[in-house]
Amino acid sequence: MAEMDTSSSGGKGKKHGGTKSKKQSTRVDMTPMVDLGFLLITFFMLTTTMSKPKTMDLIMPKDTENEKDQNKVKESTALTILLGKDNRVYYYEGLAQDPNASANPDFFKATSFANTGGIRDEIIKKRDEVARLRNAKGEPEDVVVIIKADDQANYKNFVDILDEMAINRIQRYATVDISDQDKKWIQSTEAANGVSSTPTPPAK
Amino acid sequence: MPKVKMPRKSTNIDMTAMCDVAFLLLTFFMLATKFKPDEPVTVVTPSSINTTLLPDSDVLLFTVDKDGRVFFSMDGQPKRRKLIEDLNTQYKLGLDEKEMRNFVVGASVGAQIKDLKQYLSLSEEQRKTAGLDKGIPTDSANGELGAWIDYGNAAQGTNLNKVKYCIKADNQTPYPKIKEILDTFKKKKIQKLNLVTNLEEAPKGTAAWEEQQAGGKKK
Repeated sequence: MAEMDTSSSGGKGKKHGGTKSKKQSTRVDMTPMVDLGFLLITFFMLTTTMSKPKTMDLIMPKDTENEKDQNKVKESTALTILLGKDNRVYYYEGLAQDPNASANPDFFKATSFANTGGIRDEIIKKRDEVARLRNAKGEPEDVVVIIKADDQANYKNFVDILDEMAINRIQRYATVDISDQDKKWIQSTEAANGVSSTPTPPAK
Repeated sequence: MPKVKMPRKSTNIDMTAMCDVAFLLLTFFMLATKFKPDEPVTVVTPSSINTTLLPDSDVLLFTVDKDGRVFFSMDGQPKRRKLIEDLNTQYKLGLDEKEMRNFVVGASVGAQIKDLKQYLSLSEEQRKTAGLDKGIPTDSANGELGAWIDYGNAAQGTNLNKVKYCIKADNQTPYPKIKEILDTFKKKKIQKLNLVTNLEEAPKGTAAWEEQQAGGKKK
Protein backbone atom coordinates (compact mmCIF):
# COMPACT_ATOMS: atom_id res chain seq x y z
CA MET A 1 0.00 0.00 0.00
CA ALA A 2 0.87 3.60 -0.15
CA GLU A 3 1.97 3.65 3.39
CA MET A 4 4.57 1.38 4.75
CA ASP A 5 5.20 1.15 8.40
CA THR A 6 8.79 0.14 8.70
CA SER A 7 9.42 1.67 12.07
CA SER A 8 10.89 -0.81 14.41
CA SER A 9 8.29 -2.50 16.48
CA GLY A 10 10.00 -2.23 19.79
CA GLY A 11 11.95 -4.72 21.74
CA LYS A 12 10.32 -7.81 20.39
CA GLY A 13 12.85 -8.30 17.66
CA LYS A 14 15.02 -10.57 19.75
CA LYS A 15 15.02 -13.20 17.05
CA HIS A 16 17.20 -11.08 14.86
CA GLY A 17 19.63 -10.56 17.61
CA GLY A 18 22.44 -9.43 15.36
CA THR A 19 23.01 -6.09 13.76
CA LYS A 20 20.53 -3.40 14.56
CA SER A 21 20.40 -0.74 11.93
CA LYS A 22 18.41 2.28 12.87
CA LYS A 23 15.35 2.40 10.66
CA GLN A 24 13.81 5.73 9.75
CA SER A 25 10.07 6.01 9.37
CA THR A 26 8.85 6.59 5.84
CA ARG A 27 5.60 7.96 7.14
CA VAL A 28 4.78 11.36 5.71
CA ASP A 29 2.38 13.72 7.28
CA MET A 30 -0.40 13.94 4.75
CA THR A 31 -2.46 16.61 6.50
CA PRO A 32 -1.24 19.64 4.51
CA MET A 33 -1.71 17.74 1.28
CA VAL A 34 -5.30 16.87 2.18
CA ASP A 35 -5.88 20.47 3.17
CA LEU A 36 -4.62 21.65 -0.16
CA GLY A 37 -6.72 19.08 -1.98
CA PHE A 38 -9.91 20.17 -0.33
CA LEU A 39 -9.07 23.81 -0.79
CA LEU A 40 -8.76 23.24 -4.52
CA ILE A 41 -11.97 21.24 -4.59
CA THR A 42 -13.80 24.08 -2.92
CA PHE A 43 -12.32 26.53 -5.38
CA PHE A 44 -13.36 24.49 -8.39
CA MET A 45 -16.80 23.82 -7.01
CA LEU A 46 -17.48 27.50 -6.50
CA THR A 47 -16.00 28.94 -9.67
CA THR A 48 -17.29 26.52 -12.24
CA THR A 49 -20.62 25.58 -13.68
CA MET A 50 -21.74 22.01 -13.77
CA SER A 51 -24.49 22.00 -16.29
CA LYS A 52 -24.64 23.92 -19.49
CA PRO A 53 -27.67 26.11 -19.94
CA LYS A 54 -30.42 24.71 -22.09
CA THR A 55 -32.14 26.53 -24.87
CA MET A 56 -35.62 26.69 -26.15
CA ASP A 57 -36.18 27.01 -29.87
CA LEU A 58 -38.41 29.83 -30.88
CA ILE A 59 -39.37 30.12 -34.49
CA MET A 60 -40.91 33.39 -35.45
CA PRO A 61 -43.31 33.67 -38.35
CA LYS A 62 -42.47 35.68 -41.41
CA ASP A 63 -44.18 39.00 -41.73
CA THR A 64 -46.78 38.57 -44.39
CA GLU A 65 -48.13 41.70 -45.96
CA ASN A 66 -50.55 39.79 -48.08
CA GLU A 67 -53.87 38.98 -46.45
CA LYS A 68 -54.20 35.83 -48.51
CA ASP A 69 -50.95 34.35 -47.22
CA GLN A 70 -52.07 34.58 -43.65
CA ASN A 71 -53.43 31.51 -42.03
CA LYS A 72 -56.99 31.71 -40.99
CA VAL A 73 -57.83 30.22 -37.65
CA LYS A 74 -61.20 28.76 -37.04
CA GLU A 75 -63.14 30.16 -34.13
CA SER A 76 -63.96 26.68 -32.89
CA THR A 77 -60.37 25.45 -32.67
CA ALA A 78 -58.82 28.51 -31.11
CA LEU A 79 -57.89 29.19 -27.52
CA THR A 80 -56.67 32.66 -26.68
CA ILE A 81 -54.40 33.11 -23.68
CA LEU A 82 -53.59 36.51 -22.27
CA LEU A 83 -50.69 37.21 -19.95
CA GLY A 84 -51.31 39.94 -17.45
CA LYS A 85 -49.32 41.49 -14.66
CA ASP A 86 -48.26 39.72 -11.47
CA ASN A 87 -48.20 36.35 -13.22
CA ARG A 88 -51.90 36.42 -13.98
CA VAL A 89 -53.27 34.48 -16.91
CA TYR A 90 -56.54 35.04 -18.67
CA TYR A 91 -58.04 32.95 -21.38
CA TYR A 92 -61.08 32.58 -23.52
CA GLU A 93 -62.14 30.17 -26.19
CA GLY A 94 -62.20 31.34 -29.74
CA LEU A 95 -60.80 34.55 -31.13
CA ALA A 96 -63.33 37.02 -29.71
CA GLN A 97 -64.06 38.43 -33.13
CA ASP A 98 -67.69 38.51 -32.19
CA PRO A 99 -68.24 41.67 -30.14
CA ASN A 100 -71.30 40.18 -28.48
CA ALA A 101 -69.17 37.49 -26.89
CA SER A 102 -68.09 39.81 -24.13
CA ALA A 103 -71.68 40.16 -23.07
CA ASN A 104 -71.43 36.69 -21.60
CA PRO A 105 -69.85 37.05 -18.15
CA ASP A 106 -68.35 33.55 -18.28
CA PHE A 107 -66.56 34.27 -21.52
CA PHE A 108 -63.43 35.88 -20.16
CA LYS A 109 -61.80 33.81 -17.46
CA ALA A 110 -58.83 34.25 -15.16
CA THR A 111 -56.49 31.52 -14.00
CA SER A 112 -52.87 31.02 -12.93
CA PHE A 113 -49.69 29.15 -13.77
CA ALA A 114 -50.33 26.69 -10.95
CA ASN A 115 -49.52 23.07 -11.65
CA THR A 116 -53.02 21.89 -10.95
CA GLY A 117 -56.14 23.81 -11.69
CA GLY A 118 -54.16 26.35 -13.68
CA ILE A 119 -53.85 27.22 -17.31
CA ARG A 120 -52.47 23.79 -18.13
CA ASP A 121 -55.73 22.07 -17.31
CA GLU A 122 -57.56 24.47 -19.57
CA ILE A 123 -55.14 23.85 -22.43
CA ILE A 124 -55.50 20.10 -22.04
CA LYS A 125 -59.26 20.36 -21.87
CA LYS A 126 -59.43 22.48 -24.99
CA ARG A 127 -56.92 20.27 -26.81
CA ASP A 128 -58.92 17.13 -26.15
CA GLU A 129 -62.15 18.89 -27.01
CA VAL A 130 -60.81 20.07 -30.33
CA ALA A 131 -59.30 16.68 -31.10
CA ARG A 132 -62.80 15.28 -31.19
CA LEU A 133 -63.87 17.73 -33.88
CA ARG A 134 -63.43 16.71 -37.48
CA ASN A 135 -62.50 18.94 -40.34
CA ALA A 136 -63.87 18.74 -43.87
CA LYS A 137 -61.60 15.80 -44.70
CA GLY A 138 -62.67 13.94 -41.62
CA GLU A 139 -59.33 14.38 -39.87
CA PRO A 140 -59.09 15.50 -36.28
CA GLU A 141 -58.64 19.21 -35.84
CA ASP A 142 -55.62 20.74 -34.14
CA VAL A 143 -56.06 23.29 -31.43
CA VAL A 144 -54.52 26.66 -32.19
CA VAL A 145 -53.36 28.62 -29.20
CA ILE A 146 -53.11 32.36 -29.54
CA ILE A 147 -50.80 33.93 -26.99
CA LYS A 148 -51.13 37.60 -26.27
CA ALA A 149 -48.91 39.21 -23.71
CA ASP A 150 -49.92 42.41 -22.01
CA ASP A 151 -47.33 45.15 -21.48
CA GLN A 152 -47.33 44.30 -17.79
CA ALA A 153 -46.30 40.72 -18.39
CA ASN A 154 -42.71 39.69 -17.88
CA TYR A 155 -40.37 37.38 -19.70
CA LYS A 156 -40.90 34.53 -17.27
CA ASN A 157 -44.61 34.41 -18.11
CA PHE A 158 -43.78 34.37 -21.78
CA VAL A 159 -41.36 31.48 -21.45
CA ASP A 160 -43.70 29.67 -19.09
CA ILE A 161 -46.53 29.77 -21.57
CA LEU A 162 -44.28 28.64 -24.42
CA ASP A 163 -43.17 25.87 -22.13
CA GLU A 164 -46.78 24.90 -21.55
CA MET A 165 -47.07 24.46 -25.30
CA ALA A 166 -44.10 22.11 -25.23
CA ILE A 167 -45.39 20.30 -22.16
CA ASN A 168 -48.78 19.68 -23.68
CA ARG A 169 -47.41 19.07 -27.17
CA ILE A 170 -49.45 21.81 -28.77
CA GLN A 171 -48.23 21.92 -32.35
CA ARG A 172 -49.78 25.14 -33.45
CA TYR A 173 -49.49 28.31 -31.49
CA ALA A 174 -48.79 31.92 -32.24
CA THR A 175 -47.83 35.01 -30.33
CA VAL A 176 -49.95 37.91 -31.37
CA ASP A 177 -50.06 41.56 -30.36
CA ILE A 178 -52.62 42.31 -27.73
CA SER A 179 -55.70 44.20 -28.85
CA ASP A 180 -57.33 47.11 -27.08
CA GLN A 181 -60.40 45.00 -26.45
CA ASP A 182 -58.27 42.40 -24.66
CA LYS A 183 -56.66 45.09 -22.56
CA LYS A 184 -60.06 46.40 -21.62
CA TRP A 185 -61.17 42.93 -20.55
CA ILE A 186 -58.06 42.46 -18.45
CA GLN A 187 -58.67 45.77 -16.74
CA SER A 188 -62.26 45.08 -15.99
CA THR A 189 -61.47 41.60 -14.71
CA GLU A 190 -58.75 43.00 -12.50
CA ALA A 191 -61.11 45.64 -11.19
CA ALA A 192 -63.73 43.01 -10.48
CA ASN A 193 -61.30 40.77 -8.65
CA GLY A 194 -59.44 43.51 -6.86
CA VAL A 195 -56.04 44.08 -8.41
CA SER A 196 -53.97 43.42 -5.34
CA SER A 197 -55.60 40.10 -4.64
CA THR A 198 -54.09 36.79 -5.63
CA PRO A 199 -55.24 35.27 -8.89
CA THR A 200 -58.70 33.91 -8.62
CA PRO A 201 -59.08 30.17 -8.75
CA PRO A 202 -60.05 29.04 -12.21
CA ALA A 203 -63.66 28.85 -13.06
CA LYS A 204 -64.54 25.24 -13.21
CA MET B 1 1.35 -3.76 42.75
CA PRO B 2 1.08 -5.07 39.30
CA LYS B 3 1.19 -2.41 36.76
CA VAL B 4 -1.91 -1.88 34.71
CA LYS B 5 -0.75 -1.82 31.19
CA MET B 6 -2.52 0.70 29.10
CA PRO B 7 -2.10 -0.03 25.46
CA ARG B 8 -0.74 3.09 23.89
CA LYS B 9 -2.41 3.89 20.66
CA SER B 10 -1.07 6.35 18.23
CA THR B 11 -3.23 9.34 17.44
CA ASN B 12 -1.90 9.37 13.91
CA ILE B 13 -4.47 8.44 11.34
CA ASP B 14 -3.58 7.26 7.94
CA MET B 15 -4.40 10.21 5.72
CA THR B 16 -3.59 8.48 2.47
CA ALA B 17 -7.12 7.37 1.77
CA MET B 18 -8.53 10.78 2.51
CA CYS B 19 -5.94 12.34 0.29
CA ASP B 20 -6.84 9.95 -2.49
CA VAL B 21 -10.49 10.87 -2.24
CA ALA B 22 -9.75 14.57 -2.16
CA PHE B 23 -7.69 14.44 -5.29
CA LEU B 24 -10.14 12.16 -7.03
CA LEU B 25 -12.87 14.72 -6.40
CA LEU B 26 -10.57 17.49 -7.47
CA THR B 27 -9.84 15.75 -10.75
CA PHE B 28 -13.53 15.16 -11.29
CA PHE B 29 -14.45 18.78 -10.75
CA MET B 30 -11.63 20.00 -12.93
CA LEU B 31 -12.68 17.79 -15.81
CA ALA B 32 -16.44 17.88 -15.50
CA THR B 33 -16.94 21.59 -15.11
CA LYS B 34 -16.02 24.74 -16.87
CA PHE B 35 -15.52 28.20 -15.57
CA LYS B 36 -18.48 30.43 -15.10
CA PRO B 37 -18.55 32.91 -17.94
CA ASP B 38 -17.84 36.43 -16.95
CA GLU B 39 -21.02 38.41 -17.13
CA PRO B 40 -21.66 42.08 -16.62
CA VAL B 41 -25.07 41.48 -15.09
CA THR B 42 -26.66 38.65 -13.20
CA VAL B 43 -29.52 37.08 -15.05
CA VAL B 44 -31.84 34.48 -13.60
CA THR B 45 -33.25 32.58 -16.52
CA PRO B 46 -36.67 30.97 -16.43
CA SER B 47 -36.92 27.21 -16.58
CA SER B 48 -38.41 25.06 -19.28
CA ILE B 49 -38.58 21.37 -20.10
CA ASN B 50 -36.40 21.75 -23.18
CA THR B 51 -33.24 19.67 -23.14
CA THR B 52 -31.46 21.13 -26.15
CA LEU B 53 -28.01 22.25 -25.14
CA LEU B 54 -26.71 25.71 -25.79
CA PRO B 55 -23.95 25.30 -28.36
CA ASP B 56 -20.44 26.40 -27.46
CA SER B 57 -19.53 28.13 -30.67
CA ASP B 58 -21.19 30.17 -33.40
CA VAL B 59 -23.47 31.90 -30.97
CA LEU B 60 -24.60 35.48 -30.86
CA LEU B 61 -25.80 35.92 -27.32
CA PHE B 62 -28.01 38.78 -26.27
CA THR B 63 -28.28 39.09 -22.54
CA VAL B 64 -31.19 41.09 -21.21
CA ASP B 65 -31.21 41.98 -17.55
CA LYS B 66 -34.26 42.65 -15.43
CA ASP B 67 -34.29 46.35 -16.27
CA GLY B 68 -34.28 45.58 -19.96
CA ARG B 69 -30.66 46.49 -20.68
CA VAL B 70 -29.31 44.50 -23.60
CA PHE B 71 -25.75 43.20 -23.72
CA PHE B 72 -24.11 41.60 -26.71
CA SER B 73 -21.52 38.88 -26.71
CA MET B 74 -20.03 36.50 -29.20
CA ASP B 75 -17.56 33.65 -29.09
CA GLY B 76 -14.26 33.47 -30.91
CA GLN B 77 -11.58 36.14 -30.59
CA PRO B 78 -10.82 36.44 -34.33
CA LYS B 79 -14.52 37.01 -34.98
CA ARG B 80 -14.73 39.60 -32.23
CA ARG B 81 -11.74 41.37 -33.68
CA LYS B 82 -13.34 41.48 -37.11
CA LEU B 83 -16.56 42.79 -35.61
CA ILE B 84 -14.93 45.62 -33.71
CA GLU B 85 -12.76 46.58 -36.68
CA ASP B 86 -15.82 46.73 -38.91
CA LEU B 87 -17.70 48.82 -36.37
CA ASN B 88 -14.72 51.10 -35.98
CA THR B 89 -14.44 51.86 -39.68
CA GLN B 90 -18.16 52.08 -40.29
CA TYR B 91 -19.03 54.37 -37.42
CA LYS B 92 -15.67 56.23 -37.35
CA LEU B 93 -15.25 55.52 -33.66
CA GLY B 94 -11.51 56.11 -33.67
CA LEU B 95 -10.76 53.21 -31.38
CA ASP B 96 -7.13 52.58 -30.62
CA GLU B 97 -5.47 49.18 -30.41
CA LYS B 98 -5.90 48.93 -26.65
CA GLU B 99 -9.62 49.59 -26.77
CA MET B 100 -10.13 47.05 -29.53
CA ARG B 101 -8.12 44.54 -27.56
CA ASN B 102 -10.41 45.24 -24.61
CA PHE B 103 -13.37 44.28 -26.73
CA VAL B 104 -11.73 41.19 -28.17
CA VAL B 105 -10.79 39.65 -24.84
CA GLY B 106 -13.62 41.16 -22.83
CA ALA B 107 -17.04 39.83 -21.97
CA SER B 108 -20.38 41.24 -23.08
CA VAL B 109 -20.74 44.82 -24.13
CA GLY B 110 -23.80 46.93 -23.70
CA ALA B 111 -23.49 50.56 -24.66
CA GLN B 112 -24.60 52.92 -27.34
CA ILE B 113 -22.31 52.80 -30.32
CA LYS B 114 -21.36 56.46 -29.90
CA ASP B 115 -20.24 55.76 -26.32
CA LEU B 116 -18.28 52.70 -27.35
CA LYS B 117 -14.85 54.34 -27.35
CA GLN B 118 -15.21 55.59 -23.82
CA TYR B 119 -16.88 52.35 -22.76
CA LEU B 120 -14.04 50.19 -23.99
CA SER B 121 -11.34 52.38 -22.50
CA LEU B 122 -12.69 51.84 -19.00
CA SER B 123 -12.57 48.80 -16.79
CA GLU B 124 -15.67 46.89 -15.76
CA GLU B 125 -16.08 48.75 -12.47
CA GLN B 126 -15.43 52.13 -13.98
CA ARG B 127 -18.15 51.51 -16.55
CA LYS B 128 -20.63 50.91 -13.80
CA THR B 129 -19.73 54.02 -11.88
CA ALA B 130 -19.65 56.12 -15.05
CA GLY B 131 -23.15 54.86 -15.86
CA LEU B 132 -22.09 53.76 -19.31
CA ASP B 133 -23.50 50.25 -19.25
CA LYS B 134 -26.92 51.37 -20.34
CA GLY B 135 -27.31 48.51 -22.71
CA ILE B 136 -27.74 48.50 -26.45
CA PRO B 137 -30.75 50.61 -27.45
CA THR B 138 -33.47 48.42 -28.88
CA ASP B 139 -35.88 50.96 -30.29
CA SER B 140 -36.31 50.67 -34.00
CA ALA B 141 -35.58 54.37 -34.56
CA ASN B 142 -31.80 54.11 -34.37
CA GLY B 143 -31.64 50.39 -35.02
CA GLU B 144 -28.45 49.80 -33.05
CA LEU B 145 -29.46 46.32 -32.00
CA GLY B 146 -30.01 45.53 -35.65
CA ALA B 147 -26.54 46.87 -36.41
CA TRP B 148 -25.01 44.56 -33.82
CA ILE B 149 -26.81 41.61 -35.38
CA ASP B 150 -25.60 42.59 -38.85
CA TYR B 151 -22.00 43.05 -37.79
CA GLY B 152 -22.14 39.87 -35.77
CA ASN B 153 -23.32 38.07 -38.88
CA ALA B 154 -20.64 39.67 -41.02
CA ALA B 155 -17.96 38.56 -38.59
CA GLN B 156 -19.03 34.92 -38.85
CA GLY B 157 -17.60 34.65 -42.33
CA THR B 158 -18.42 31.46 -44.14
CA ASN B 159 -20.40 29.49 -41.59
CA LEU B 160 -23.22 31.96 -41.34
CA ASN B 161 -25.91 29.32 -41.52
CA LYS B 162 -24.61 27.65 -38.39
CA VAL B 163 -25.02 30.75 -36.28
CA LYS B 164 -27.49 30.54 -33.44
CA TYR B 165 -29.11 33.62 -32.02
CA CYS B 166 -29.63 33.25 -28.34
CA ILE B 167 -31.59 35.47 -26.05
CA LYS B 168 -30.86 35.16 -22.39
CA ALA B 169 -33.29 37.25 -20.45
CA ASP B 170 -34.14 37.57 -16.80
CA ASN B 171 -37.37 36.33 -15.27
CA GLN B 172 -38.42 39.87 -14.48
CA THR B 173 -37.67 41.42 -17.85
CA PRO B 174 -40.81 43.24 -18.98
CA TYR B 175 -42.42 41.69 -22.02
CA PRO B 176 -42.47 44.82 -24.23
CA LYS B 177 -38.67 44.82 -24.16
CA ILE B 178 -38.59 41.21 -25.33
CA LYS B 179 -41.08 42.06 -28.02
CA GLU B 180 -38.87 44.87 -29.29
CA ILE B 181 -35.95 42.49 -29.54
CA LEU B 182 -38.03 39.83 -31.26
CA ASP B 183 -39.33 42.42 -33.70
CA THR B 184 -35.79 43.49 -34.49
CA PHE B 185 -34.91 39.90 -35.33
CA LYS B 186 -38.05 39.60 -37.37
CA LYS B 187 -37.08 42.63 -39.41
CA LYS B 188 -33.70 41.07 -40.05
CA LYS B 189 -35.54 38.02 -41.39
CA ILE B 190 -34.16 35.88 -38.60
CA GLN B 191 -36.91 33.52 -37.59
CA LYS B 192 -35.08 30.90 -35.62
CA LEU B 193 -34.13 32.03 -32.17
CA ASN B 194 -33.02 30.28 -29.02
CA LEU B 195 -34.15 31.28 -25.59
CA VAL B 196 -31.75 30.30 -22.85
CA THR B 197 -33.49 28.50 -20.02
CA ASN B 198 -32.81 26.22 -17.12
CA LEU B 199 -33.86 22.63 -17.16
CA GLU B 200 -37.04 21.67 -15.40
CA GLU B 201 -38.77 18.34 -15.07
CA ALA B 202 -41.90 17.90 -17.16
CA PRO B 203 -44.89 17.87 -14.83
CA LYS B 204 -46.38 14.47 -14.16
CA GLY B 205 -49.34 13.32 -16.15
CA THR B 206 -48.83 15.65 -19.08
CA ALA B 207 -48.20 14.72 -22.69
CA ALA B 208 -44.52 15.59 -22.51
CA TRP B 209 -44.06 13.59 -19.33
CA GLU B 210 -45.70 10.53 -20.80
CA GLU B 211 -43.48 10.80 -23.83
CA GLN B 212 -40.40 10.95 -21.65
CA GLN B 213 -41.52 7.92 -19.69
CA ALA B 214 -42.28 5.96 -22.82
CA GLY B 215 -39.36 7.04 -24.95
CA GLY B 216 -36.66 7.04 -22.32
CA LYS B 217 -34.04 9.04 -24.14
CA LYS B 218 -36.40 10.64 -26.56
CA LYS B 219 -36.61 14.37 -26.21
